[in-house]
Amino acid sequence: MAHIYSEKQSQKCDEMKPKKETIDFLLNYSKALSVMDYKYGKFEALLN
Amino acid sequence: MKDVLIPDATLVSNYIQGEEQALSELISRHQQRIYSFIYSKVYDKDITEDIFQDTFIKVIRTLKRGGYNEEGKFLPWVMRIAHNLVIDHFRRNNRMPKFDNSGEFSIFSVLSDSGLNAEKQIIRDQVECDVRRLIEELPEDQKEVLVMRIYKEMSFKEIADNTGVSINTALGRMRYALINLRKVIDKHNIILTN
Repeated sequence: MAHIYSEKQSQKCDEMKPKKETIDFLLNYSKALSVMDYKYGKFEALLN
Repeated sequence: MKDVLIPDATLVSNYIQGEEQALSELISRHQQRIYSFIYSKVYDKDITEDIFQDTFIKVIRTLKRGGYNEEGKFLPWVMRIAHNLVIDHFRRNNRMPKFDNSGEFSIFSVLSDSGLNAEKQIIRDQVECDVRRLIEELPEDQKEVLVMRIYKEMSFKEIADNTGVSINTALGRMRYALINLRKVIDKHNIILTN
């Protein structure tokens, strides 16, 4: 009888994802980061 | 009705204009491919997580600074950043090889901290203090030689030159200093151990 691999496959795919904490960190980092233009270049500021 | 997929380029452009939700969409759209790509190179979930995070930090900074070149496609660009960070990781690891402690042999079974703990340090200080007091009881000439030899780490030649005696005399004074110290220690049952 043929094996059905689809279930196992999807489970493995789920494991190959970053943690929710990592994604949350990145989204919060993005919200907090602001880049300002100044005469001599760009400045980054992290606002909490 | 079928959802219309917003192209990456539009999401990138929206994100640059301040729409934070666009970044969330870009990450969830590509996270699996990027994560798998990194994992396929480093075979370690924690390192993959770190590199994934660093990759997107770079993406966010570049996009916010306006340094993204629209000529390329978003995913290949992010993959290239991830690839470069993977290379950086291996370069760094070559300079500082990481010891894998997951096998049967544990490196910590043969490594120990040779430093004294707080209690032993206190005892050692007390012993040294007692020894110094005993040395004070020695005759002046013996004390002088012993202090120069032990505490000032001078050679017997230097001690001889400094005290104006021959090397043999200096050696003799050192010998008697040690004998006398032992005598005092034995006589008074002083225990000097650490």
